[in-house]
Amino acid sequence: MKKHVLSLLVENNSGVLSRIAGLFARRGYNIDSLTVGITENTKVSRITIVTSGDEKTLEQIKKQLNKIIDVIKVLEIDPDKEVCRELVFIKVKATDGNRSDIISISKLFRANVVDVGRESLVFEITGIYSKVEAFFRMMEPYGILEFVRSGATGLQRGKNLL
Amino acid sequence: MLASKLILKCLELEGVDTIFGYPGGALLPLYNALIDSDITHVLVRNEQAAPHCASGYAREKGTVGVCMATSGPGATNLITGIATAYMDSIPIVAITGQVNRALIGTDAFQEADITGATQPFTKRSYLVTNADDLPRIFKEAFHIARTGRPGPVLIDIPKDVQEENIKIYDFDKPVNIVGYKPHYEGHTGQIKKAIRVIKSAKRPVIYAGGGIVLSKAEEELITFAEKNKIPVITTLMGVGCFPQTHPMYCGVIGSHGYQYTSEIMEKADLCFCVGARMSDRGTTPSKELIDDMILVHIDIDPAEIGKNVYQTNIPIVGDAKIVLGQLLEKDIGLQTEQWHEEIREIKERIPVDYSENIPYVGVNPKLVFKTLSDLTREETTLVADVGLNQFWASLYFKIYGGRKFFTSGGLGTMGYSVPAAIGAYLAKENADRQIVAVCGDGSFQMFIGELAVIGEQKMNIKIIMIRNRKLGMVRQLQKNVYGKNGYFGTDLSFDIHFDKIAEAYDLEYYCIDSDDAIEEQLTKVLQSDQSCLVECVVDEDFLYI
Ligand SMILES: Cc1ncc(C[n+]2csc(CCOP(=O)(O)OP(=O)(O)O)c2C)c(N)n1
Repeated sequence: MKKHVLSLLVENNSGVLSRIAGLFARRGYNIDSLTVGITENTKVSRITIVTSGDEKTLEQIKKQLNKIIDVIKVLEIDPDKEVCRELVFIKVKATDGNRSDIISISKLFRANVVDVGRESLVFEITGIYSKVEAFFRMMEPYGILEFVRSGATGLQRGKNLL
Repeated sequence: MLASKLILKCLELEGVDTIFGYPGGALLPLYNALIDSDITHVLVRNEQAAPHCASGYAREKGTVGVCMATSGPGATNLITGIATAYMDSIPIVAITGQVNRALIGTDAFQEADITGATQPFTKRSYLVTNADDLPRIFKEAFHIARTGRPGPVLIDIPKDVQEENIKIYDFDKPVNIVGYKPHYEGHTGQIKKAIRVIKSAKRPVIYAGGGIVLSKAEEELITFAEKNKIPVITTLMGVGCFPQTHPMYCGVIGSHGYQYTSEIMEKADLCFCVGARMSDRGTTPSKELIDDMILVHIDIDPAEIGKNVYQTNIPIVGDAKIVLGQLLEKDIGLQTEQWHEEIREIKERIPVDYSENIPYVGVNPKLVFKTLSDLTREETTLVADVGLNQFWASLYFKIYGGRKFFTSGGLGTMGYSVPAAIGAYLAKENADRQIVAVCGDGSFQMFIGELAVIGEQKMNIKIIMIRNRKLGMVRQLQKNVYGKNGYFGTDLSFDIHFDKIAEAYDLEYYCIDSDDAIEEQLTKVLQSDQSCLVECVVDEDFLYI
């Protein structure tokens, strides 16, 4: 199913997040990831939701989100056209024998080594979904011990504002 | 000003004159303030009735209804009624008491997260944590409840907030909610497109829903239908939005509808749906039907367009009254004589039949409603409960002119009728207006306590109870699905003496047990100036069609 990135401006009232989460749960929509953060306006927060579904579902999701009184705006962001990134930390099994191999692969992805241990390496990588997925595929043979993904967030390019 | 007094002031400014409520510890300050207020408090006998009363009040008066309950169990008792109002887009404001702010989140005595619990059934809910916000919150709540697609709003007010003293307040600050700006006017480009497709239709129908009633667009609908000679079908929620005596009226669609209506719908090549959501109960249009039919869908809620029926050809987001007004400005000029001829033929072929071929004991409920309809004055509000009684009421009682019809359509909540009738009774502007509630012996037992409100206030409400000694509709479903061996849990044959119940609550009691007695008894009932309980003895095997 196709992934869609939705960027929302919401009023910073108590219960907004649970209304949004509740909407997805109740109507059976998927949430792949959800991030919330402050904005330049202290009364407003910005939420990025990555969801998957067909066009009809996406249309309903947008309309239902718009119906929530505290939701100010909903915009679909095309990750290929707009600025859209995800922050990921990934812990990979490493030995004296393969550590430098792993690190050299990570350089191709511009991943940073943030922790080096005797048996593991922790990388930090930012990027769009496809890049992160590709990095995971490269690390898989070495053994991925654990990882954390922030979920995507993004902004439109150019002078347009949400 | 004391916050509790300020709350009442806010209500008065919104035009509230009646509150349906039930007190408790967390509402003590507000109840204390009510002593000196001009607002009438109606003590329901179970909070579950309060939102239904507020709903009946709102529907009768065309304003926002208000109900109130204490924290914890009082608040949770409101939930079904709030959900009922939400499904039918009825504007109500529910006020709940809450434990003191410092206790919130500690599982204190009678603490319940009511804003959380009602989240899926409210347009918006507020937990007031700062008394200074009260004027703004009340203004917003009423604004949200009554505008756009109407619906319930809940305000949860901790006890200590009610006790605060507010020094600076401003009641005149206009409402400004950045994320809430309903569209009322239809997009002119879409209107043009709609006109184009209507023009080329040969067999158009108007599919009118509760949105017509909510936006008070009845006049526009009649004019639009007459001017363009388009027949009108209504949904259950739309009953009453178009005179059922009108030659262009083509019945109620869906589960509660007529067979001939479905047939007309099947034949239509254009469905002009206004103020309805094409729900599964209204119509589940088959794919083939939708494929061959052009759908123009007008609704104030953009999310309803394309939700239940995906292939909406011409969506128009806007208020029914305004959009119909916009459409009326244009000349469409339809040739529908042949279509009307076809419809006449269908109506004749599948007439509305009041008779019953299978032998039965007691009365024929269809005749009860037909006779009631004939005998009742034009200024009547009929409130139907849920079950077989609702089918019969919606099919055989004619709504036209000053008549109104209320029921719980979306949620199908048993126990709606009498509480909503109480609300309607207190809201009616014309003293002569007759309020009639229709229910089954099952639903009657869900609100028995509220008869005390009727008795105590010396109201004149007629309660028509279909006594089939069964949970009739569910029993019919059991038969349809499992056959006669499938009856279970639907038996009400325990011999209740309803005459004694009527007497206990100071209601007149009538019993109709044969078809011959219908007219005579109903005439007496309608002539009486007292509330009456009319027990109609109906065969347990009397099915709805
Ligand atoms: C609160 C609630 N509980 C259960 C139901 C399911 N239900 C629908 S109709 C019905 C039977 C109603 O029986 P009664 O009030 O006697 O009316 P009748 O169908 O016999 O006219 C039931 C149980 C419901 N709609 N609402």
